[in-house]
Amino acid sequence: MKSLSLALPSKGRLMEATQLLLARAGLHIERSGATRTYRGTLSGIEGVDLVFLSAAEIVSALKEKAADLGVTGEDLLRDGLTSDDGTIEVLLRLGFGPADVAVAVPQCWLDVASISDLDEISARFYAKHGRRLRVATKYLGLTRRFFAEKGFTSYRIVESTGATEGAPATGSAEIIVDITTTGSTLKANYLKVLDDGVILRSEAVLAARMAIIDDMRVKALITQLAGHVRPR
Amino acid sequence: MAGKTSAEREALDAQNRRIMTVFTRAGFDFISPDIIQPADMFLESSGENIRSRTYVFADPSGAELCLRPDLTVPACRYHLSHAADVGAEARYCYSGPAFRYQPGNAGNHAPGEFDQAGIEWFSAPAPEAAEGEVLALAIKALDSAGLKAYRIKVGDLALFGALLKSIEMPERWRHRLRHQFWRPANFHSTLDLLAGARSKSRTSISDHVDAVSGADMPRAVAYVEKTLAADDLPLTGGRSVEDIAQRLLEKSHDRSESPLPKAARERIESYLAIDGPLSDTPAVLQKFISASPAFTAALENFSRRLREIKKRRIDTIGARFSAVFGRSLEYYTGFVFEIEGDLHGETVQLAGGGRYDSLMLEIGAPKKIPAIGCAIQTERLLAAIRAQR
Repeated sequence: MKSLSLALPSKGRLMEATQLLLARAGLHIERSGATRTYRGTLSGIEGVDLVFLSAAEIVSALKEKAADLGVTGEDLLRDGLTSDDGTIEVLLRLGFGPADVAVAVPQCWLDVASISDLDEISARFYAKHGRRLRVATKYLGLTRRFFAEKGFTSYRIVESTGATEGAPATGSAEIIVDITTTGSTLKANYLKVLDDGVILRSEAVLAARMAIIDDMRVKALITQLAGHVRPR
Repeated sequence: MAGKTSAEREALDAQNRRIMTVFTRAGFDFISPDIIQPADMFLESSGENIRSRTYVFADPSGAELCLRPDLTVPACRYHLSHAADVGAEARYCYSGPAFRYQPGNAGNHAPGEFDQAGIEWFSAPAPEAAEGEVLALAIKALDSAGLKAYRIKVGDLALFGALLKSIEMPERWRHRLRHQFWRPANFHSTLDLLAGARSKSRTSISDHVDAVSGADMPRAVAYVEKTLAADDLPLTGGRSVEDIAQRLLEKSHDRSESPLPKAARERIESYLAIDGPLSDTPAVLQKFISASPAFTAALENFSRRLREIKKRRIDTIGARFSAVFGRSLEYYTGFVFEIEGDLHGETVQLAGGGRYDSLMLEIGAPKKIPAIGCAIQTERLLAAIRAQR
């Protein structure tokens, strides 16, 4: 039988929390071969190869069928998939790596509490500046879908890969969509989350390509992990 | 399929030549707008909805460009750069590729790269006659290509705007309702809110709205300045203290506004429920005439347009009017239409168009230029013609 490929986070707190969970479930990572840092096997379930990637790369690997299963942030996963994709499914929520993806605006906007307020100010902003409100984010897919659902269309995305929360202060955008855990980074940058601005309450998830979810090894993995998850 | 065979290309070209002959004989100048366009133009005039379906890229100097997602904006830009007098009447026709990303498996009838043939008519002297003429030309073009059966669907966004104008309410409410016209769920929740069917719950800014209650503009500005200073909040986000104060005042006024009366709400809802044969529509619309002249004027335009359509011997027997029909592109401002056909038992849109009087101004015209146009999806048309018996 062909081995299943499980992609795990290769660094940071996501990696540590994943290894802890696997250990609690009695599954141990055995790194192997010349490329020992990037490959391994899982002791406890036969026929599962491990590959270590960054959380963002794991989403791409699932999409490109380079991996069958993966542990990654739900924020990255949902952002990378179109809503009606159906080829990749979340099998298990893992309880760690909590983060909200949220819409935040300058705190000085005392008149703005909701997405419909953004919609209202957008017309006057356009008339005054001759351009749309700009939203700095790395979450292109999530942002577009969320705003479309809420009926807010008069904006532009400015792609931002780091220090997104600084965009309004530097004048490269007016609004941001970013992850927030405690809200302290937002506050330090004089930003506030809109009342209806939480797009996704994200946490780490085990995701898999639909094509392999009936595999016995996948079922064994879920069964073994499920009992050791501490819900968010 | 990675490309067209020579036979397919020739069949499509032959069909498109017949279509373009119809347009050029009617006095439309055959132009070739650029395929590569500055991205800003589309993104700023159409918003993120179009951007998410547009192929955007940077040239080596870093300028943001795109493959045109349709030919209307490129034709408008052509007019602005070529016309000696941009306000003078001009008629253009075009035929060529357009590019739109299709998420997921949209199927063969919606490829990412497709051929579009169409016309744009700027500053036409008699608006309703021009609208009738554009619909007639679209049908004539489909006929010339060999299409035997089709259905016409029309709508009128000006009529909806006039209906709102005929009902007493703050202009801001009208703006909100017009804005949500394309999104039924949001529209109805906005209507609920304005009609007081939903209690206005406190929000995170309610304290600020309370604070400016009864204040004039200078006092509202002073309040905003004081609040920002108290919390050491920098003024970021491209809006002035006056912008913020003014909206707080508007919100405070909104609160004291009496809710939209039940009758007004019913008037809006029963208008939006209209969906029936086009020929019966003027009679149905008569019921919405009120003391306000706004709707009456829009209805007169509607009836005049219908006479113009019938004058051109367009078969309107199967034609339908739908009040909620506004097409998905938000730049339309008045008359809109769609011509549908069958393709292997499925209804597909073959052509569509309408009036868009504010687009030219938005993309840089020095003044408002009335415009009307239509476009035909030529590959879909060819497939529909081949599939008909």
